[in-house]
Amino acid sequence: MSLHIFFLMTLLTAIAFQLGRMRAFRIAVRSGGLRKLHSLPRHYGSYTALRFAVPAFILAGLVTLFADDIAMHLVWDNLPEQLRTLPEEQAKLMRQVIIHTSGNQSPPGNNASTIIRAGWQLKQLITIILRLGWTGALLLGTLSAGLFLRKIDCTLPARLAMEKFMRWILAACTGVVIFTTFAILASVAVETVHFFQFVSPLEFFFGHTWSPQMAMHTGQVGASGHFGALPVIGGTLMITLIAMLIAVPTGLFTAIYFSEYASSRRRHVLKPILETLAGIPTVVYGFFAVFTVGPLIGRLGLLFDVETSTESALAAGVVIGIMIIPYISSLSDDAIHAVPKRLREGSRGLGATRSETILQVVLPAAMPGIIGSLLLALSRAAGETMIVVMAAGLAGNFSFNPLKSATTITVQMANLVGGAGTFNTPSTLAAFALGLLLFLFTLTVNIIALHIVRRYHARYQEGM
Amino acid sequence: MEREKMSLLTPSTALRRRYLHDRLFLLAGRLAAIASFSTIGLIFLAILYTSLPAFTQSCIKLPIHFEETAFSDENLALADYDMLVAQALARIIPGVTDPGEKEDLMGMMSPGAAWRLQQMVGSNPKRIGTVEQLWLPASADIDMLRKGKLDRTTPEQRRRLSKRQLKWYDQLNAEGRIKRHFNRVFFTAPNSTEAELAGIYGAVKGSLLTMFITLVLSFPLGAGTAIYLQEFAPRNRLTTTITVTINNLAAVPPILYGLLGLAVFINFFHLPRATPLVAGMVLSLMTFPSIIMASRNALAAVPRSVCDAALALGASRMQSITHHILPAAMPGILTGTLLGLAQAFGECAPLLMLGMVAFVGNIPAGITDPATVLPMQIYLWADNSGQGFPEKTAAAIVIMMLFLVIVNTMVLWLRRKFENSHPHTS
Repeated sequence: MSLHIFFLMTLLTAIAFQLGRMRAFRIAVRSGGLRKLHSLPRHYGSYTALRFAVPAFILAGLVTLFADDIAMHLVWDNLPEQLRTLPEEQAKLMRQVIIHTSGNQSPPGNNASTIIRAGWQLKQLITIILRLGWTGALLLGTLSAGLFLRKIDCTLPARLAMEKFMRWILAACTGVVIFTTFAILASVAVETVHFFQFVSPLEFFFGHTWSPQMAMHTGQVGASGHFGALPVIGGTLMITLIAMLIAVPTGLFTAIYFSEYASSRRRHVLKPILETLAGIPTVVYGFFAVFTVGPLIGRLGLLFDVETSTESALAAGVVIGIMIIPYISSLSDDAIHAVPKRLREGSRGLGATRSETILQVVLPAAMPGIIGSLLLALSRAAGETMIVVMAAGLAGNFSFNPLKSATTITVQMANLVGGAGTFNTPSTLAAFALGLLLFLFTLTVNIIALHIVRRYHARYQEGM
Repeated sequence: MEREKMSLLTPSTALRRRYLHDRLFLLAGRLAAIASFSTIGLIFLAILYTSLPAFTQSCIKLPIHFEETAFSDENLALADYDMLVAQALARIIPGVTDPGEKEDLMGMMSPGAAWRLQQMVGSNPKRIGTVEQLWLPASADIDMLRKGKLDRTTPEQRRRLSKRQLKWYDQLNAEGRIKRHFNRVFFTAPNSTEAELAGIYGAVKGSLLTMFITLVLSFPLGAGTAIYLQEFAPRNRLTTTITVTINNLAAVPPILYGLLGLAVFINFFHLPRATPLVAGMVLSLMTFPSIIMASRNALAAVPRSVCDAALALGASRMQSITHHILPAAMPGILTGTLLGLAQAFGECAPLLMLGMVAFVGNIPAGITDPATVLPMQIYLWADNSGQGFPEKTAAAIVIMMLFLVIVNTMVLWLRRKFENSHPHTS
């Protein structure tokens, strides 16, 4: 929609509001005061404005969206027979050319080719359709608002209508959000099914060679690339495991220190900082992994005479571990802090030391919450992309040596479709299959985690 | 024997062991807390320290003669500005005749020097025919040498600067013709393949345009969904399912949203790829769940008594919500939106999938222009092994973190306001 039309329509909407309000006022005065009206004058005004805006904006939006297509259709039908009966691929190209020539500024001369003339026609037609559509939208809005204005009287329930409309809008918001989410999930599932038409699921889940790039070079589809996902899954698991090995002890002990030992003032200062740290963009950690941790591991390798690769699984894993420490400590701290004080007092009263109380009473009580936090951190580590793209490798080695390069699901996804133009090669579609795999994995982990956390909350409410 | 030794005043061996255990446990806790904070502190210090050189740029003072013969063509952009630079260099370092030597001499200046001259002449053609002493950007290698990042003792074959260039550098330095200036280019230029010409303004603008789209889409839709689900939707299985789905979506890896965007927005709707429009749409999909969850919590935290009082005084359901609940919950909703936007601002995994990795050498003018975003620029520069790029990367990270600090300060301010708005709830 052109900006002028948009502003004009907004202005008219405001005018409609004023007209409706004023008319309601006049009717109220004529029939003996505002009390006689069913709703406030501004409700009538708002409803008149809606009566104008809704049809006008919808029609104008539709016309703007589809003007090009309609015009193209009309132009295409007027082309000579031999052009219209071109095979689909060439027809597509031809349409592209016509669209391109429609950018010409001056009208074509008498001896210009059919295509150039068609382009000019297209340009004229689009302008005509847009003008017609916009005028129609304004007329339609005015008509609908005008009809409503005539209907305004003391008994008309404008507020109820307004509220019904708002409720409808809110429900539509929910509908849009839910629909897009599901539509999008469905589309990924469809692409995955496409992929499994090229590559058998058996090979994908149990094959141990991953070399998707070969399929791009040979003409025959799916015949040469190897799509065994095991090395990719193995790499993901290894890096996630390294990350958890780093993050779980550090995060848990930090949480215990925060909730059991730190003074409440220190906790109040440090906890928000910890939560803010969870919001640091992962590309920052990726930079740290490449420029600090990677070279450090290389130097240590030289020191101990161990062969290391510049892109090692260890560097990526360690940095992901650092990244998820705030998640674990923040969520576990919440869980530990929620354990009722009387449990601690009972244990201390019976002579247990602080550490014994924590290990034998508090932690078991907080365990579901802690496990929930660990699982959430796990799914975050498995789905982490930037750090591994920057610090881990591309080749799918089937070795579990953390000093070698390893690849992950996310790295492969980014590598397979990073700006790909075509969607029908198995290598692009493989990204969708990997994506669905990752989605199912994190979904399962999340559902388990949420379930555990919810059960734990329920138990506490009983115990309180 | 044992029995005699036992006393309440002297702890037994077993008790001592338990105390030791206790102290070790506390130590472990302290160490873990120190480790988790100091690692992240270390990351920031390392990045801040790395970034410092990028904020300045070494320049060389050259006497430029804008001779009229050089501007014989009508189109001023066609003049040979490289030649002007070369002549000026020859003036201050005379006696260079060998072509290889000449190349080395030109290699001390950035390609941006000629470009700067072109801009200057373009903006003020009266310069033609005058002589000016100008500070023009030096090449990345000279810049690194000036900043002490280049080792002079490396053998010449592996060194990035030749012996001659080092000699000329020392000569110019002694004459006071080399100086570090504040790097304005970094804040005003788009990306470039030359480190000394690369700036972050293009990426910042791309990020702002993307955030605009994200805000416009996700705030009304997210808040609307939250209000409907929290206040109007019937409590049934469907609503529960929707709630659970939204909670689960909040933990879906961001890269998957890129995949979704690729399949639907680019493959199905053929929207222009690598533009703020598509990026904003994908990121708003990603921020919906967190905005909806935060908004629902904010709405649920408003005391029901407020709503009841409004209803008792004759307000309709909608009026009690729009006039009372929503204003009270607004700070919470805004907080959730800001946090969601901050997350989207720093996220670049989904954009990687949308092909935003391409080199963009322009500043995007609108939402349908090819653009890149700040985190993506950081990723691209981190991947660039050229001289000077690691510093640029660190500097870009510092700028990005500044934006996030601003957003987080706003969130803290809103939270404080929220805490005061309903004192009787807490």
